[in-house]
Amino acid sequence: MISRTPRTDRTCQTRYTFHVPLDVAAEVISNVHLSSDYNVLALAAPGIAERALPGQFVMVKTGDRLEPLLRRPFSVFEVLRENGQVLGLSLLSKRIGPSTRLLYDAKPGDRIQCLGPLGRPFAPVSSPDEAWLVAGGVGLAPFATLAEVLRDRGTRVRLYYGARRAAELFYLDMFEKMGVELVLTTEDGSRGEQGRVTVPLERDLKGRALDASVMIYACGPEPMLAAVASLAATFGRPSQVSVERVMGCGVGGCYSCVIPIRTAESKPHFVRACLAGPVFRGSEIAW
Amino acid sequence: MDLTVRIGTLTLKNPLIAASGCFGYGTEYADLIDLSTLGGVAVKGLFLAEREGHPPPRIVETPAGMLNAIGLQGIGVHRFIAEKMPELRARGAAVIVNICGTTLQEYVELARILSDVEGVAALELNISCPNIKEGGITFGCSLHGTADVVAAVRAVTHLPVIPKLTPNVTDVSAIARAAEDAGADAVSLVNTFLAMAIDVETRRPKLSNIVGGLSGPAIRPIAVRMVYECRQKIRIPIIGMGGIATAADALEFIIAGAAAVQVGTANFVDPLIWPKLLDGLRSYGQRHGVLAIRDLVGTVDTRAREKEWISS
Repeated sequence: MISRTPRTDRTCQTRYTFHVPLDVAAEVISNVHLSSDYNVLALAAPGIAERALPGQFVMVKTGDRLEPLLRRPFSVFEVLRENGQVLGLSLLSKRIGPSTRLLYDAKPGDRIQCLGPLGRPFAPVSSPDEAWLVAGGVGLAPFATLAEVLRDRGTRVRLYYGARRAAELFYLDMFEKMGVELVLTTEDGSRGEQGRVTVPLERDLKGRALDASVMIYACGPEPMLAAVASLAATFGRPSQVSVERVMGCGVGGCYSCVIPIRTAESKPHFVRACLAGPVFRGSEIAW
Repeated sequence: MDLTVRIGTLTLKNPLIAASGCFGYGTEYADLIDLSTLGGVAVKGLFLAEREGHPPPRIVETPAGMLNAIGLQGIGVHRFIAEKMPELRARGAAVIVNICGTTLQEYVELARILSDVEGVAALELNISCPNIKEGGITFGCSLHGTADVVAAVRAVTHLPVIPKLTPNVTDVSAIARAAEDAGADAVSLVNTFLAMAIDVETRRPKLSNIVGGLSGPAIRPIAVRMVYECRQKIRIPIIGMGGIATAADALEFIIAGAAAVQVGTANFVDPLIWPKLLDGLRSYGQRHGVLAIRDLVGTVDTRAREKEWISS
């Protein structure tokens, strides 16, 4: 895993990418159906996988037809390795429309056009700082690689992970093996605490001594991100959130994926989530 | 095959131009594509001042196409010159600056400012954006408005002047003719088709702006027809666009009468499309023994069809 300090300029005026992205017709290595909605698609795109930093994304052309026309953004879920060799990457997908249906139905051997890595990654913290990861549903995706990097830095990691039901809490073993402490919630109470993932987060933030540094990372539905950013601000903790947007191109060409960020003036300013994000400081977004 | 194209005093390396609004300011693509290999780069439409554009959602996908209502978010001409032009010059891009105004005076001011900037190859006049209420399209929808903007800009610049026309009029070719008569060096067409998509579950428009512009392969046959019609009415070069995604699509426009073409939506789908399109043009040239791409312009053989019709 390549480790570089993220750029601090938020306007992206000169260099747009951490690495020049590659576009490959990646072969589907495997497609594991986790449930009737969720799947993990393994793609033979080692060049992209080697370069990808936690929180970065790829633009995927699902199918080779005119419909769906545009690519879709997906966080890199896992970097797949065998005997020290990087084989490719996987995507965690939830079936919600025609594009994700095609990904759900993809077969090993199919080719899927994949452009990446793209966007601004998470900035990982090091011990003695702790990292609290907050995931809602498919928002788990960027945290596998982030947890790996944090573990390598010796950072204590806790994952707050909320889903609709127990059967939709995935890859718990993988996180446990990395030494990640799990705090689980489900909407129906079938596993962990019943209710929203922000409930235990708030409780723990309250109980936390202020002299201990905690960085909060969040990915999930926008209302959850807004709630996490607000909690972090209330308790004086920094946060980094990975936002999901409708993206036309993923590389800054179309200006469709904008998100409002706070400015010195009263009016928020729209920035492109593909270039300035998808990871933002929770405090900079005008929720 | 000789791929060079002449637009007024400007010679393009080849007929492939990145369409305005679909290629950022060009710099976004500089790490992905050698900008100097493109015939031209039409940058995102610029006003004098910065603009925020519309709130999201700004795009929605439709069958073989997409609607957009970005609202011309932009950094304004001064920041463009200071922050983007140096890199565009260094990368060897032929920069076509797309300018938008709310008043005639704003177009004139933009043209004056840009005429003195090293590396600006041409001015494309945005008189056709369907997504903003003020200015722009109010000029492009009338013969007088078009003629006024073109003549006013013509008077203050030595750069090639290329009005970009809207298809949302009764007769594009009449507008093209008005632009030619007013001194345009070329016309580019078409901008997007005003369109709408509704979420039936919520009964809400899918775009925050309610309506937006349709682009992509869905519009190509209409755009080809419009280029063909304009070719009958004007002598100045036409820069054709509308749903081009393959070299064959580009050739269709050229044969219908376009001297050059712009590619927009397809660049979103495949930002590395440019060398593929160029290869496609070259191999067509070889297969058909075409020595210069300009020899293909407007060579559609309609008489053949007419004869078939008569004899049947």
